[in-house]
Amino acid sequence: MAVRSVARPSRRDTPASRPDGAPRRRHDWTGLLFVLPFLVFFVAFLVWPLLAGLGTATTSAGLSTSGEFVGLDNFIDALRDPDVWTSLGNTLWFTLLSTPILVLVGLVLALLVHQLTPARWFWRLSFFAPFLLPSSVVALIFVWIFQPDFGMADGMLAAIGLNPGIGWLSDPSMAMFSIVLTTTWWTVGFNFLLYLAALQSIPQHFYEAAAIDGAGDWRRLWSITLPLLGRTTGLVVVLQLLASLKVFDQIYLMTSGGPGTSTIPVIQYVYEIGFTNFRVGYASAISYLFFALVLVIALVQLRLFGNRKESDR
Amino acid sequence: MTVDAAPVDRPADDSGLDRTPGAAPPRRRRPFRPGMIALFLVTAALAVLWLMPLAWALFTSLKPEGETTAIPLRWLPTEWTLAAYRAVIGGSDVGLWMFNSIFTATVTTVLVVLVSSMAAYGFARTTFPGRRLLLALTVMGIMVPPQVLIVPLFAEMVALGLVDTYWGVILPQVVAPAMVFIMVKFFQGLPHELEEAAHMDGASRWRIYWQIILPLSRPVLAAVSIFTFISTWNNFLWPFIVTTDPNAMTLPVGLIAVEGGFGLRYAEIMAASVIAALPLLIIFVLFQRQVVRGVAHTGLSGQ
Repeated sequence: MAVRSVARPSRRDTPASRPDGAPRRRHDWTGLLFVLPFLVFFVAFLVWPLLAGLGTATTSAGLSTSGEFVGLDNFIDALRDPDVWTSLGNTLWFTLLSTPILVLVGLVLALLVHQLTPARWFWRLSFFAPFLLPSSVVALIFVWIFQPDFGMADGMLAAIGLNPGIGWLSDPSMAMFSIVLTTTWWTVGFNFLLYLAALQSIPQHFYEAAAIDGAGDWRRLWSITLPLLGRTTGLVVVLQLLASLKVFDQIYLMTSGGPGTSTIPVIQYVYEIGFTNFRVGYASAISYLFFALVLVIALVQLRLFGNRKESDR
Repeated sequence: MTVDAAPVDRPADDSGLDRTPGAAPPRRRRPFRPGMIALFLVTAALAVLWLMPLAWALFTSLKPEGETTAIPLRWLPTEWTLAAYRAVIGGSDVGLWMFNSIFTATVTTVLVVLVSSMAAYGFARTTFPGRRLLLALTVMGIMVPPQVLIVPLFAEMVALGLVDTYWGVILPQVVAPAMVFIMVKFFQGLPHELEEAAHMDGASRWRIYWQIILPLSRPVLAAVSIFTFISTWNNFLWPFIVTTDPNAMTLPVGLIAVEGGFGLRYAEIMAASVIAALPLLIIFVLFQRQVVRGVAHTGLSGQ
């Protein structure tokens, strides 16, 4: 689908819109009319709250009170707030743990399924289905699975003779790993499908040529498949990083950030400051610090990714 | 990031993951090598591992409450019962939340497809002044994490009186710059000839958009619809923020609201989860091909 445009030269400006010059020019403004409904939504529910939030961040606003102008105080307070650093640290730690796992597992699953023609729909369903569940369902199921003693996780360990009694969600040093495990099960299907699509678009004649040269399976994997997946990997890593940085649902629903503050992500801290403590100005300041962080990471990633794309062509 | 860098050497319509019969090139495997059996076993084991939590939830939901905490763990109920389902459907607002979810997700999807495709048409196919700037702003909008907006957006909803309303859930989710971007890329690749001919015949811009561009864009419209529907249906954070009245909640939010109400009745919690999980699983089984292509498409286009 997307690929359809590959075959054709894609031009930024559509010459068709003014093949005969002047008379058409008047119609140009109708283009704006088409964009207008989207712009209304875009301004009302993205640009405006973005600017309003920045304004609020410089006040001592509460949930229903507008507060006074306090300049950069909220930002300075946020930088001094140990809980901000804890929640930012947890968010980064989750991202660092989950990204490589989700990319690698997605790749491995796709490589396996790509080799198996029979019942491919079934493999695809198995690995992708969890992605279709709402986060609250995933949380309910996994909190249940991680119950001590009678939960499935402990039950399986007991069945193979290992000592259960791991504090899956109650041990501060274990909780984040359990969250990552849950997240992997839940979301790896998306990366899996991206890789599967990429694998199927690798030209077959590369493999045929390699086979003639006597390359074995592993050789073909290392010398053809993996290098050709480079662009997809770049994309998957970027999307995964951005998705992981936004983590909130499963943590909030499974551990509420606990035990203690061992898993609290920055979004949850913003939520608590804003909607539980009603310090809206302060909450806005923290979310802008977080936004700045995401922006920096995204821009660095896009730059790396953009370069990779150029060099591929 | 962009479509045109996709490594592709086969016809566009085969970009989905399903091979069209006949179009499939010969695969490099020879049938039945020992390696294939090992591969099969590994994949099957992983698939079982992946399906296990779902099976576990399903079996638990069919147990009588007393059996759910048995040690050692029992997979199958000794007595199969729908008691948990009856309790959930009769004792909570699951039906109402299901309706709320269906309604808000459907309206959001329709609005996203309409509003975004119109915008994409304007951006891709016309040359009004300021077009490039607006498109650049739209693309920048993709970078804004929705979570950063929740606090000011909630204040805005309070001011507009939209808290606990369907529109409060729907309107902010209509802003989907990534979907606009995906469609701009697609529209730019469509041939110009048809449009020019229509133009000569005096067709209006609206007619061209509605009767030429949209019909040519079914695959991308399907992808955008499916994606919007999945993400709206499953969205937790925004509906959670903007609804406090149980009557206005969507299914994912309602589930969490009553989790406490179920106490430690695991069979009921799992029954509610199964009910919430089922609609999209059914949609996936029915529209597997489109969903899979949708993912592939989103990926190739970048976000």
